[in-house]
Formats: sequence, C-alpha cells, structure tokens
Amino acid sequence: MKRIAKSLALAGLVASVGMVGTVTAHAAEFKLLNVSYDPTRELYQEYNAAFAKHYLEATGDTVTIEQSHGGSGKQAQAVIDGLGADVVTLALAGDINAIVKKSGLIAADWQSRFELNATPYSSTIVFLVRKGNPKGVKDWADLVKPGIEVITPNPKTSGGARWNYLAAWAYANRTDGGDEQKTIAFVKSLYANVPVLDTGARGSTTTFAQKELGDVLTTWENEAYLVQDEFGKDNFEIVTPSLSIRAEPPVAVVDKNAEAHGTTEVAKAYLDYLYSAEGQTIAAKNHYRPSHPELVSDKALVDAFPQIDLVTIDDPQFGGWGEAQPKHFGEGGIFDQIHGAS
Amino acid sequence: MRRVLLAVALVYIAAVLVLPLVLVFTEAFRKGWENYLSAFTDPSSLAAIRLTLLVTVIAVPLNAVFGVLAAWSVTKYQFRGKALLTTLIDLPFSVSPVVSGMVYVLLFGAQGLIGPWLRDNGIEIIFAVPGIVLATMFVTVPFVARELIPLMQSQGTTDEEAALSLGASGWQTFRRVTLPNIKWGLVYGVLLCTARAMGEFGAVSVVSGHIRGKTTTMPLDIEILYNDYNFTAAFAMASLLALLALVTLLIKTVLELRFADELAGTRRH
Repeated sequence: MKRIAKSLALAGLVASVGMVGTVTAHAAEFKLLNVSYDPTRELYQEYNAAFAKHYLEATGDTVTIEQSHGGSGKQAQAVIDGLGADVVTLALAGDINAIVKKSGLIAADWQSRFELNATPYSSTIVFLVRKGNPKGVKDWADLVKPGIEVITPNPKTSGGARWNYLAAWAYANRTDGGDEQKTIAFVKSLYANVPVLDTGARGSTTTFAQKELGDVLTTWENEAYLVQDEFGKDNFEIVTPSLSIRAEPPVAVVDKNAEAHGTTEVAKAYLDYLYSAEGQTIAAKNHYRPSHPELVSDKALVDAFPQIDLVTIDDPQFGGWGEAQPKHFGEGGIFDQIHGAS
Repeated sequence: MRRVLLAVALVYIAAVLVLPLVLVFTEAFRKGWENYLSAFTDPSSLAAIRLTLLVTVIAVPLNAVFGVLAAWSVTKYQFRGKALLTTLIDLPFSVSPVVSGMVYVLLFGAQGLIGPWLRDNGIEIIFAVPGIVLATMFVTVPFVARELIPLMQSQGTTDEEAALSLGASGWQTFRRVTLPNIKWGLVYGVLLCTARAMGEFGAVSVVSGHIRGKTTTMPLDIEILYNDYNFTAAFAMASLLALLALVTLLIKTVLELRFADELAGTRRH
C-alpha cells in the first residue's frame, strides 16, 4: 500500500514537472533581427508575417521579426561593427564573406548550409525608362551614347550596384570578344554618363522616379517591377537587355549573434521557410525569381519573368566573388580607377 | 533703397524658409486629414516619436547643466587651458555630424577600442538607445554654452564679487545673482538645443543601425518612410517634426513679448 502511494506521488511529481516543462515550452517568445539590403522591404514585410503565423502553428512559439534595411555593403559593415543581426539577407555573397572575414561572426561554410548556395531567390539587372522610351534605349550599348543620363547606385556601398556594374561588364566582354582594355573603356564611358551615384538601390530609384532625374535607371528586376506597381504602369517601361547577370542575394544565420541570443534554431527555421511553397510564392509575388519555381502555386507569377540570357558570378570572366570583389571593387580596383578618372 | 533691401530680404526668406515649410504641409495633407492622421497610428512611427522625445529629455538637461558650468568656468575664472576648453566646446559645430557618429563606432563598435569589452559584459551602446543619446549629446553640446559665454563675458564678474563681499555663499551667489542675469540666454540656448536634438540626422544615422521601431528617431523614420514610397506618411512625420520646431520658436517669441522689459534690462547689463 505504501509502495503504491509512493509511486503515485512519484507519478504526480513527474506529471507536474512535465507540465511545467510544457508550459515553459509554450511560453517561448523569440525576437529575430533580419539585417537586409534596400529593395527587400516589401518582400520581408509580407514574408515575416507569413513566417510568424507558420511558426506559431507549427511550434506554438511566437516570433517577432525586426528589420533593418540599407545599402548592402553598409549593412554588412554595421553587422561587423556590432549590429546584433540574427540573420543577414544581403545583396551578394561578397558582403556576407566580408562579415566572415572581418568579424568571424559567421562560419566560413555558410553558403553550404542552405540549398543552392544559400540563395532562395534570385534576380537580374534590367533597365527602367520613362513612358514611350523617348531615348530609344534597347541594350547596354545605348547607355554609353553621349547625352544619355544613367541612374545607378554606387558599387562601393550598394550590392545591387555591383551586379549592375558586372552585368555591363559581361555585355562588353561578349561584344568586345574578351579584350579587357575595351571592356574597361566601355564601363568607364557608362559611368561617365551617371550624374548621381546614390548609396543604395532605393536611393537611385527615388532619384529616377520621384525626383525625375536621368533617362534610364539600371536596377534589380524586382525593383523595376515595384516602381511600376507604385508609380503606375503607364509612367515607366521595363527594357530587358540582350544579356544580363544572374544576381544572387544569399542568406545566412549570424552564428555567434544567434547563439548569444538563443535564437539559432528559429533563425534557421526562418531562412529554411524561404524555400517552402509559401516562401517561394511570396518571393515571386514580390518579383524575385524563385529558386524552386515548381513550388509556386500561381504559375502566372513564374511565367511573368522574361527569358534573358544570364551569366553568373562564377563565370570564368569573374571567377566568383572571391576574385571579382577585390579586382573590381576593392581599394584601388578597376571601379576606383575608372571613376576617379572620369 | 530701404524698400529694395527689405523686399530682397523678404523674398529670400519666403523662397528659402517659408516655401519648403509650406510644401511639407501641403504634401502631408495631399490625401486628406484621415490619411495624415493614420500616419501616426503606425506602431513603428509612434516608437520613433517616443524615442525622439526620450533622447531629447536626456540630452537637453545634461547639456544645459554642462553649458552653464562651462560658461561659468570660462568667463568667471582664469586658468590654464581656457582657450582649449572654449575651442573644444565649439568642436561639434565645426565637425560634420557624420564624423562624430563615426567616432562612436570606432570607440564602441565591435571592432572598436572598448567594443569587445562591452560585448563581453553585455552592455549595448552602439546600434542601441545609449549610442543615439550619446551622438545627440555630442552634436548639441555647444548650444547652451555658446549662448551664455558672450553674455556672461559682457556682464563681467562685478555683480558676483559684490555678492561675495557681502557674505553670500557661492551657491547663493549663483542662484540669486548669476542665474537671474543669464536667465534669457539660458532659455534661448535650451530652446535651440531642443530643436537640434529632435532634428539631428547625420550622427544618429551612423550609430542607429536603422532597426525599425527600435532604434529609429523621427528624422530616420522620415527617411525610411520616404524610401518605402510612403510619401504621405513621410511628409506627415516631417510636418510633426517641423511643428515641434515651430512650437519652440513660438515659446521663444511669446517669452520675448511677455517679458520685453525685463529682457531689455538684462541685455543692458
């Protein structure tokens, strides 16, 4: 009898401990800081709400996501200087590599931790021109003509600007048959046509669309569509060049910060969900090219993207960000030379 | 000739000062009252207003006390390094606010001088509220001191000497003699300091980290809203900021009218 009473008491104790355990597990509240680049504002506004809902349903935990946006290079520098990001979703791998190298907050193998080089969505560089395309801009060659004003951000601070620059480079490299001096001359004359270099893609967009400066804006495809959504399809036209670049904005968990905040698991779940059917559909809706188009529920969203001949950063002419970053955008690199001289 | 000069001055003021202000308000009300007011129901904009007021409430009193102390030391005493102190007070005026923000990053940033120590001890300064307060304090240091130093210099030390010789203590002398003499200068200094503390953009932008709803002050929120293509809300916030500045100017004018005689009295001193 005594033994029964004892084991009953024990069972009660176990049960109550178990209940305390479940209660605390249910009370979990997480906060994530996503440090991102400029044009992803609308994307993550929609995605954050969707993820929070999904995570609550799947685990019972609530998660609130805070956002910080700015030029990609500037944002990477802020994380290096101590901005406590749990995840970074930047415009290019080179900026995340800079965080790895200068602060050690992210493990060096970050790009193999999520599918497809940690790139859940991609984009490309297109042109935006005013209604009726008054200057008749059709391809990269038109941007170097005298009297054309091109609006594009500064490759030193903006990730999108570096994709812009490299797309122009890839075009010139193809038409010049790989003669590097001619390619440099082409890119130089393009930047000679740029009256203002804003620090981020969004700054360039407002310069072009709101302040009405310039004849053509070279920008992310998603940003060009967004301008049409915001300012009306009748006011601007998108021009797709004959050749462009596959712009890959990758994502990473900032390991050391997430460890310190106790958010490693939820941070990983947050980025994983970008690859889900819902994440991919939200990306496509915001005009990012989904990495798994087959998962997007509305096929019309996928079919809306025009087919363009795209080179990648791993093309031999660039050799990946490890090679391209110092050669083109480093201190005293090609951009410094052509821009200082123009 | 007088009319021409007056006309030039008025046209200039209208074009450079009044027109932009009017534009801010017309843009803000472009889509009607309801849209205007809805800009202030957004939680992150409300957080920005709260943060701006918090920063102002901390930075202005501290700089007022320091300004009085500094002006007192510089004008009532002779000491080595006096010229250096006066120059240092002016430093925030001559240095670009962006540079002063950068200094805090170099000092408190993760790669900075004492950043690693702060991180190990769990103290957040940069990309958090303390950093924003510090940056604001830095740029607003000179306002009170700069207003008081010329005033106290012209007043000299005779009043204080008389009080002391009649047996007043140092504190009594300050409260009963010096403070009434400098009252108006102090009020002006505090008002200017307040306007700048609320409106500072450059230095705060560098140390903020731009976490929406957490480390964005009103000027930073205006930039974010503008970049979100949310022009009505951006101008609504801008109009509120302008309104706060106009209220400070209004207070100044009302005080001037109300106490005109007394003011003339202290000025003559």
